[in-house]
Amino acid sequence: MNEQSEPQKRLGIVVTGSSAEGIGVKLDQDVSVEDIVLGRYVTIRGEKRRFFGMITQVSLESSNPQVPVMPPDISDPFISRVISGTTTYGRIQVLPMLTVGTDAASLLEGPQPVKTVPTHFSEVFQASQHDVETVFGKEGGSKFCIGTPLDMETKVCLNLEEFVKRSNGVFGKTGTGKTFLTRLLLIGILQSRAAVNLVFDMHSEYGWEAMNEKGYRVKGLKQHFPAKVQVFTLDEDSARRRKVSADSIVRIGYSEIEPEDIELLRQTLRLTEPAVQAAYQIAHKYGDPKWLETLFSPEVEENENFAKDLNIHESTYRNLRRGLETLRRFPFLVSGGEGNSVQRILESLDRGINVILEFGRFEDYTAYILVANLLSRRIYAKYREKVERALGDGLPKPHPLVITIEEAHRFLNPELCNQTIFGTIAREMRKYNVSLLVVDQRPSGIDPEIMSQLGTKIACLLDNEQDVDSVLAGVSGRSELKSVLARLENRQQALIFGHAVPMPVVVRTREYGSAESYRDLYASGKRTPEEGKPADDLWP
Amino acid sequence: MDQPFTQSATDINKIGEVIEARTDQLLAQCYRLHEAPPLGSLIKTREGSIEIYGIVAGASTHALDSGRRIIARGEHEETDEAVFAANPQLARLLVTDFTAIVAGHKSDGTVRHYLPPRPARIHAFVHTCLADEARQFAASLDFIDLIAAARRDFAVDEVVAACLRRLAAVQTDPQDFLVRAGKHLTVLMSEEFQRLNSILKRLK
Repeated sequence: MNEQSEPQKRLGIVVTGSSAEGIGVKLDQDVSVEDIVLGRYVTIRGEKRRFFGMITQVSLESSNPQVPVMPPDISDPFISRVISGTTTYGRIQVLPMLTVGTDAASLLEGPQPVKTVPTHFSEVFQASQHDVETVFGKEGGSKFCIGTPLDMETKVCLNLEEFVKRSNGVFGKTGTGKTFLTRLLLIGILQSRAAVNLVFDMHSEYGWEAMNEKGYRVKGLKQHFPAKVQVFTLDEDSARRRKVSADSIVRIGYSEIEPEDIELLRQTLRLTEPAVQAAYQIAHKYGDPKWLETLFSPEVEENENFAKDLNIHESTYRNLRRGLETLRRFPFLVSGGEGNSVQRILESLDRGINVILEFGRFEDYTAYILVANLLSRRIYAKYREKVERALGDGLPKPHPLVITIEEAHRFLNPELCNQTIFGTIAREMRKYNVSLLVVDQRPSGIDPEIMSQLGTKIACLLDNEQDVDSVLAGVSGRSELKSVLARLENRQQALIFGHAVPMPVVVRTREYGSAESYRDLYASGKRTPEEGKPADDLWP
Repeated sequence: MDQPFTQSATDINKIGEVIEARTDQLLAQCYRLHEAPPLGSLIKTREGSIEIYGIVAGASTHALDSGRRIIARGEHEETDEAVFAANPQLARLLVTDFTAIVAGHKSDGTVRHYLPPRPARIHAFVHTCLADEARQFAASLDFIDLIAAARRDFAVDEVVAACLRRLAAVQTDPQDFLVRAGKHLTVLMSEEFQRLNSILKRLK
C-alpha cells in the first residue's frame, strides 16, 4: 500500500460498493477474466485511503439484455474486439479487508479494519509483493511464515505470539494436508518459543518419521529438534518396530481413572446412562481412587451379589462391566497407584521441552479420548495451580502451553464438551496460559460455542455444507469467504483467518518434506527475532 | 469576426457552395455536375472565423428548374456520355447538390465536436478536407454522437459507417481506429443492439 517502484497491473475501476456486500469492479478491456483468480489480493486507490481486499467473485456481464439472447457474431475478430470490454465485460467482487490512510499519521498507524468503501471509479490494482508484505509482516521473531498467497512469492506470516494466546483450529477433509499444516505450526511455535507444545499424536505422525501422501518419508519434530522434543509413547512395541527412540513410556494407574472419564467414553464403550450412574455409585461407595481397582478385583468379580448390594440393576451392571473390560485390555492401564507419567510430562513442559505422546497401536478412540482427557485434566490443573500461585506471589506466569488434539469433535461435540477438560480449556482460553490446537475433519461436529471461541482458524478444503458453515460462523464477509473456501485446491491450500493474521488469507502452504524445505525452516528459525533474542541456542 | 473568406491552397479542394443552411445540417451545390463528394466524406465551410465541419450524408442530381421534368434522350446514343455530348445544354440545366450533417467546428485553432454557434452562410464555399485535417478532426471520436443523433431523414447508420471507413483509411492504424470507434458506438447505442450490430458489420 506504499508507493513503490514495482509496476502494478491495473485491473479496473470500482463501479458499485456496499459495506455489506463488498465492492464491484468493472474489469478493464485488456484484463481477461480468465486471468483472475478467486482469493487473490487487490489494492484499491480511493480518494483519501487505500484499501486492501480479496477477490471473492468473478462474473461475466453485458450492458444490454439482448446480448445473451442474441449473441453477436464473435467469429468476426473485429466485432469481438469491439464488443469485449464494452457491451460485454468482466466484473469482480472484492471484499475489502484493510485500509490505510495516505497521510503520515495513518501510515504510521498501519493497516486498519475496513469501515467504509472507496469512492466511485477508484482504480483497482493487483496487489504487489510489497503490499502483501506490508499487511502480513516480515518473517522473524514471532512472525512465522506459513506459506505464500496464491500466485505470489511473498510470505504470509502468522503472528505466533497472538496465535498461542487463544485456542485455534485446523480443519479440512481428509487428505488436504491438515497434518502437514499442524506440523508446520508446531515447528513454528517451537522455534519462536511462543509456547511449549503437548501433542496427542493419535496416528504417530508428529514425533518421528511419517509418510506423506506421495509416499515419501518426512521428518518428525524429534528428528529436527532432538534436544527440544521428547516423545512419550503408550506402546513401546510399536515404537521399537518403527525404530523410534521414545523418551518415556506412559503408564496410567487404574486409580487415576475417574467416573467422569467413563462418562466421556459412554459412546465409544456403548454404555447406557444407568451404567454410567452405576460407575458414580460404585466410586462413591469405594472412594474415588480405588473404585476401578475394586471393581476389577477377583472378590468383586466373584461376588454375585455385588450389584444387588448397591441396588444396581443386573443388566446395567453387566453393561458397565462389559464396557470396562475394554479398558482392562489396554496394557498401558496398570493396576496399582498413580503412575508418574503426568509428573514427567509436566517436568518436561516446565523445562520448555515439547512433548509428543504417541499412541502407537492404540489408535481407537477409546484409548485416545481416555488418555488425552485424563492427562490434560491433570496438566491443566497443575497449570492452573501455578498460574494462581504466580498471581498470588507476583511471579511470572508459566510458559504458555498449547495442547494439540486430533479428531477434536470426539471431545468437543455438544454432548461432551461440557464434561471434557478440552471444553473448559477452549472456553476459558488464555486465563491459565493453556490453549488448544484443534485438528479436525468434521468441524460441524464441534460445539458451536467452542468454535466461536477459536482465535485463528485454518481451513483446508471442506466440501460439506455444514462443515463450511460451522468454520465460517460469525466471520464477517462469510458468504464471500464461503465461495473461496469451497474452491480451494485439494492439497497445500488453506484459508486462514482470525487473530493471528490481519485479514483472511488463502495460502499455498509452505513446502515440507524436501531437504530444501528443512533448510528453509532452519533458516527461518535462526532469523534473529525483532526483539533481539538470539535464537541460536534452539539449534542442536 | 467577419473576415472575408480568403483564397488559400485548399481552394484546389473547393467543390461547391452552401445553398441552404441550418445549424445542424447544410445543403451545398456542386460546381460540377455529378461530382458530389463521396458519402461519409469530411467537408468544411466557414462562418466568419469559424470553420464548420460536415459529413456528407447524401447527394442528388436533379433539374435546376423544379418545374421542368427531365426527359430521356439517349435512345439512339451508344453511351450515356454521348447523351451529354449531344445535348451540351444539359450541363447547365441539371445540378448536383449534397447534404452534410454538421459534425463539429473549429474555432481558435481547436476542433470542437459540438454544433457551431451559427449556421454556415449561404454561398459560403465548401471544401473537401485533406488527410491531415481529417486526422486532426478524428483525433477524438465524439463527432460520432452528432452524426448518430442526426434526423432520420437520411440513412444515418450508413453515413456513420461510411464516415468511419473513410476516416480509418487516413489513420496510421486503421484497424485500431475502427475498434476504438466501434467501442464508442457500443456505448452510444447500448440500448439499440441490433442497430449497433448492423453498423459494426458495415465497418469492415
